[in-house]
Amino acid sequence: MTTVPAPRPRRWRVLRAFLRNPAGVVSLSFLILVAALALGAPHLYPDDPMEMVARPFLWPGQNPAFPLGTDSLGRDVAAGLVWGTRVSLLVGFSAMILGVTLGLAIGAVAGYFGGRVDAALVKLIEIFQTPPSFVLLIVLVAIAQPAIPTVIGAIALVTWPTIARIVRSEFRSLREKDFVMAARGLGYGHARIILSEILPNALPPVIVTASVLVATAILMESALSFLGLGDPNLVSWGSMIGGGRELLRTAWYLSAIPGFAIVLTVLALNLLGDALNDALNPRVAAER
Amino acid sequence: MTRAARLLAALRRNLLAAIPTALGIVILNFFLLQLAPGDAADVMAAESGAATEETMRQLRAQLGLDLPLLSQLMAYLGHLAQGSLGFSPRYNMPVAELILQRLPGTLMLMGFALGLAFLLGLFFGTVMALNAGRIADRALSVLTLIFYSVPGFWIGLMLIVAFSIKLGWLPSGGSETIASGKTGLDYALDRLRHMILPGTTLALFFIAVYARLTRAAVMEVAQQDFVRTARAKGLSAFAVGRRHVLRNALLPVTTLAGMHIGGILGGAVVAETVFSWPGLGRLAFEAVMRRDYNVLLGVLLLSSLLVIVVNILVDLLHAWLDPRIDLR
Amino acid sequence: MVGTEPLLRIDGLTVAFPGETAVRDLSLAVEAGQTVAIVGESGSGKSMTALALMRLLPRSARITGGSARFAGRDLMALDEGAMRRVRGREIAMIFQEPMTSLNPVHTIGAQVAEVLRLHEGLGRAAARKRAIELLDLVRIADPARRVDDYPHQLSGGMRQRVMIAIAVACGPKLLIADEPTTALDVTIQAQVLDLLDRLRRDLSMGLLLITHDLGIVGQWADRVVVMYAGRKVEEGPPGALLEAPLHPYTAGLLGASPRKAEGLGYREARLAEIPGSISSARGEAGCAFAPRCRHAIASCRAAPPPPLVAHADGRMVACPVLAGSGAPS
Repeated sequence: MTTVPAPRPRRWRVLRAFLRNPAGVVSLSFLILVAALALGAPHLYPDDPMEMVARPFLWPGQNPAFPLGTDSLGRDVAAGLVWGTRVSLLVGFSAMILGVTLGLAIGAVAGYFGGRVDAALVKLIEIFQTPPSFVLLIVLVAIAQPAIPTVIGAIALVTWPTIARIVRSEFRSLREKDFVMAARGLGYGHARIILSEILPNALPPVIVTASVLVATAILMESALSFLGLGDPNLVSWGSMIGGGRELLRTAWYLSAIPGFAIVLTVLALNLLGDALNDALNPRVAAER
Repeated sequence: MTRAARLLAALRRNLLAAIPTALGIVILNFFLLQLAPGDAADVMAAESGAATEETMRQLRAQLGLDLPLLSQLMAYLGHLAQGSLGFSPRYNMPVAELILQRLPGTLMLMGFALGLAFLLGLFFGTVMALNAGRIADRALSVLTLIFYSVPGFWIGLMLIVAFSIKLGWLPSGGSETIASGKTGLDYALDRLRHMILPGTTLALFFIAVYARLTRAAVMEVAQQDFVRTARAKGLSAFAVGRRHVLRNALLPVTTLAGMHIGGILGGAVVAETVFSWPGLGRLAFEAVMRRDYNVLLGVLLLSSLLVIVVNILVDLLHAWLDPRIDLR
Repeated sequence: MVGTEPLLRIDGLTVAFPGETAVRDLSLAVEAGQTVAIVGESGSGKSMTALALMRLLPRSARITGGSARFAGRDLMALDEGAMRRVRGREIAMIFQEPMTSLNPVHTIGAQVAEVLRLHEGLGRAAARKRAIELLDLVRIADPARRVDDYPHQLSGGMRQRVMIAIAVACGPKLLIADEPTTALDVTIQAQVLDLLDRLRRDLSMGLLLITHDLGIVGQWADRVVVMYAGRKVEEGPPGALLEAPLHPYTAGLLGASPRKAEGLGYREARLAEIPGSISSARGEAGCAFAPRCRHAIASCRAAPPPPLVAHADGRMVACPVLAGSGAPS
């Protein structure tokens, strides 16, 4: 008896295709820079960003020591921005990993086993997907009390159904393929077939969605912090915008600057998603 | 099959599928309410001031809070069946009444945003598809991608800075000029002026969603054989586009548009909060700030049911638009 | 034919895609009430000729030369507005895929009525009444009820009848049928071709029948044009052409056409006897068919390709090898 090898995406071809896409490369470079800022925050701005360091309401460019100005309490906006990067990226990536893990597990089981298990899990997915996700998010955070881990968990809880749906439909079509039939014929266990035969082939759409999910999580975290439902002990982009909200008339830069940070980061993640999609699905890309 | 029969079949199918989902959401809601810190007795005790252990215990027994979980769930379902979502001491009125009071504001804002997003999205998407690969397509692609990436609350604030503070053209909050004494057309225009900024804030993300969907759908339909047939009839490009291309492209766009209703409701929380718009979203925010979990979960339940209802309507619309949908 | 202008006279038509010429220097004529068949494999340029006549070529294609005189005008020189008044009214076209050629979201009645309202200026009720008559004309049973059906409720053959009803709705002078029966069951093919033939006679239309199937040409065509790689390689009346083909390609098509094996699907045996494919014609100097031709000699591969030469009985052929020695063995 011979094994039918599972087709795998040719990694080098994918990488080459990705590198040929300028938008994707620029986005990835920008995100690496943002990640470096997040890691380097304690070195760049060793002091607590919540500390008063200068005269309040310095406009950007007014004082070269504080290029982005200071807020109503004399805190350095640039320091807040750099420290806020940590919160955004931490929440964005952790929530994505948690959400993808949950979605993969549930979607894989539903799609692979089918039948009643599938019907029940699809209902579960639907129950979680029906409530407006931001309203459900607020409820979860309000009940669990605002802090970084609860925010991460809550975002994962409202985003996993997206991944689960994709994984389920991939598994449903892949489980009928020859190489899976062959693995079954060889007497492989369910866990082995799911993990090493089907999963690698179901990953490309998950990877694309994951990068968009990081963007969604960052947007959700910033909106929560803006509403005052973020971690009260940490500076985040959303809380900086919320803090500047009452001062729009006199110091709109306080809200504008962190907003640009969010827009650029989220834009980069969405462009990265598009570029990954083009690299992983060359047929679709050619039609565009 | 006639249109009416198609619609009835779709309605029956949808209602049957919606019932277990709605029930699931009610149960989820109940458990979330259980998880919320404090119970109704705590709330009442806090309202009335001092309360002893003894009175608390009596109160709990009276409210049925000492019963097993399952009995409590049954009681909750029973209350729901009578249209009761509990009482809000903070607002001093039944939660259901409070929510129904705020619902029209949200529906109006949603309707405005949805209409704007649908029209602009359809327009942008069509322009992009017709100019695929050319400069107009690229420019609009960048624009929609930016719309896609901008946080709603932030663009709301920036619109206030630009159009209320700097230019002074539009009001920065509320749903009407208070005590203006306006009537008739003036009143309607006043409401509309208040709706433009929050509505645009809410619509922006969905303009991007619909534009991308429409672009893909129009490009897909435009290469179908029946479009060539339409051109061979001697129809003008406009007539071909409207009666044949757009009409068919609407099918996938409406289906997917329905999937974003929940997103719009979620976005309404942010937009209503930024613009002090008296609706469900702002009510949810206030409920969080006041730790009024009855109200908060009432909003969650009602907005979920609203999503279910809208999805049924979208499906009916789909059955109306697509003759190939048949009985199942 | 002296003195009278034919209904359609194509002269030197050339259609080019970037890097490829789909139709090269094509000339042919269609008389009123006559059926002219254009025969060739896919890729021979026959469908592009049809689309060029309708001026419905894909965006990347260009008409780089030639004229098509139709009812006193050159179709290739008309502006888009004037061309729209020709399409569907004076020249109509039906396509290969009846399953996808009708709009799925409109009733068939509405799709027939659309062309009547456009060109005849009929009102809603009058157009519907006329649509029912047309459905009856193309032999759709119970047309008053069928008029409100959607395309997915009809079989392929029925849908092609609806397409024909749309095409003849405004009484066109010329009907172009691009492989009208290829997608249909063999039993339905003859019915649809009979219908087209009857309508041609009753409405005295010219019919330009485009097909890859020489088997159907003998019965229905008055004149046959064989195309290969964008060029006309042979033309003549079907009797003589089928009896004694003068071009090896025509002979190959005939050999492949299972006329003797009645009842067999035409598509199964098609072209099995001509080795190679039409793509080998790309970039070839000399005769495009030479790489696949059993009779090719050295001069066939030298540029320029052999010219069309007139023979007896109104026949033309672009092959000096066989035409000189009579029919191929």
